Amino acid sequence: MKIREIVEKIDGKIISGQDKLDVEVERGFAADLLSDVLALTEEKACLITGITGPQVIRVAEVLDIPLIIIARGKQPSKALVEAAKLSGIPVVLTQKTVFETCGILYTNGVKPCKIKILQGGEDTNTCLNVD
Amino acid sequence: MKLSEVVKVMGLKIFNPEVEGWEMIEVSWGYASDLLSDVIAGLSKDELWVTIQRHLNVVAVAKLKDGAGIVITKGIIPDDATIKKATEEGVVLLGTEMNTFEFCGKLYNLLKYGEIR
Amino acid sequence: MGNEKVRLVYRIKAMDLANAGAASSHVKSELQKYGIEEEVVKRVGIICFEAEMNMILYSVGGKLKVEANSNSVEIFAEDNGPGIEDLEKAMQPGYSTAPPWAQDYGFGAGMGFPNMKQNSDVFEVESAPGVGTKIHAIIYRRKENEAK
Repeated sequence: MKIREIVEKIDGKIISGQDKLDVEVERGFAADLLSDVLALTEEKACLITGITGPQVIRVAEVLDIPLIIIARGKQPSKALVEAAKLSGIPVVLTQKTVFETCGILYTNGVKPCKIKILQGGEDTNTCLNVD
Repeated sequence: MKLSEVVKVMGLKIFNPEVEGWEMIEVSWGYASDLLSDVIAGLSKDELWVTIQRHLNVVAVAKLKDGAGIVITKGIIPDDATIKKATEEGVVLLGTEMNTFEFCGKLYNLLKYGEIR
Repeated sequence: MGNEKVRLVYRIKAMDLANAGAASSHVKSELQKYGIEEEVVKRVGIICFEAEMNMILYSVGGKLKVEANSNSVEIFAEDNGPGIEDLEKAMQPGYSTAPPWAQDYGFGAGMGFPNMKQNSDVFEVESAPGVGTKIHAIIYRRKENEAK
């Protein structure tokens, strides 16, 4: 989906990176915890989150994330808005929940990322056994 | 949709099937968040909570908001203390290999259109 | 790149939550300027970010150092305490000692060490309660790029 289409489908408001509305987004990822995002295996995945601090922009910079969607009607902090404008990374706000945003994007062809299950050493309790 | 149907169609694992009557729990919608404060504000009754959090605190939050249950994603297993508490409180703990985006995408379709795409 | 070396040093302040990732982002742009491979830069960025977050949330403050040459990029993260109680547990995915309020800043996934290990070719941690924690990670650049 192009960012432009995403903004439309989620009744979003774009607050930075307005010059990138025609960028294509192939994959989506939903997370509220930074380390979870840092475990992302693929680029070109837009991030759907409830984090409102500037750290999320930094994660996006480090991972080349093409779009950040801040869901649940949460207001980004001033620091996030400033960091977003400086970096040029598109940030879209939506009143919709993360669940709904994932649903809408998925229905419109945005694919999930592959999961890298990290093994925790001797502790076999940490991950489900893959059948 | 009944939770047993969701478990069957989505291929979920249940960590505490001892919870009485879990199959008949009604799932109206889903709610995805790893931030407990957001869940406390936003999770509605009969919604299935989707998260990667696996620690003890998730039980109290789900119970407080009368959620339909908790789905822990990415193949992450809740610790024993969490499973024990959840069973005591009657909170259903489920697991999936899928990540949150994929699980929500599919559950959304299932609940809205009656089928996973 | 020849015999050029890059050396970047950052002071990481305790509880500086709003700036989490600022150093890592700077590392990334600096390494890119020196023409380091995209894949390597990405992995360095992830390791630095995790190390930075750990120092901010759990330590009394510390230093993040990144050194790059034609063969590899090395990351050193050292703090002055308090040290990790149970290092083995800390290495497990999903295990976190982050307090609940830290979640609002995105902390607490418990993937810090696993992510660092996953992205490095060599990964070493030394920690003692009451002393502090030292992390050392090496990422090797690909051999075919040495000809450039």
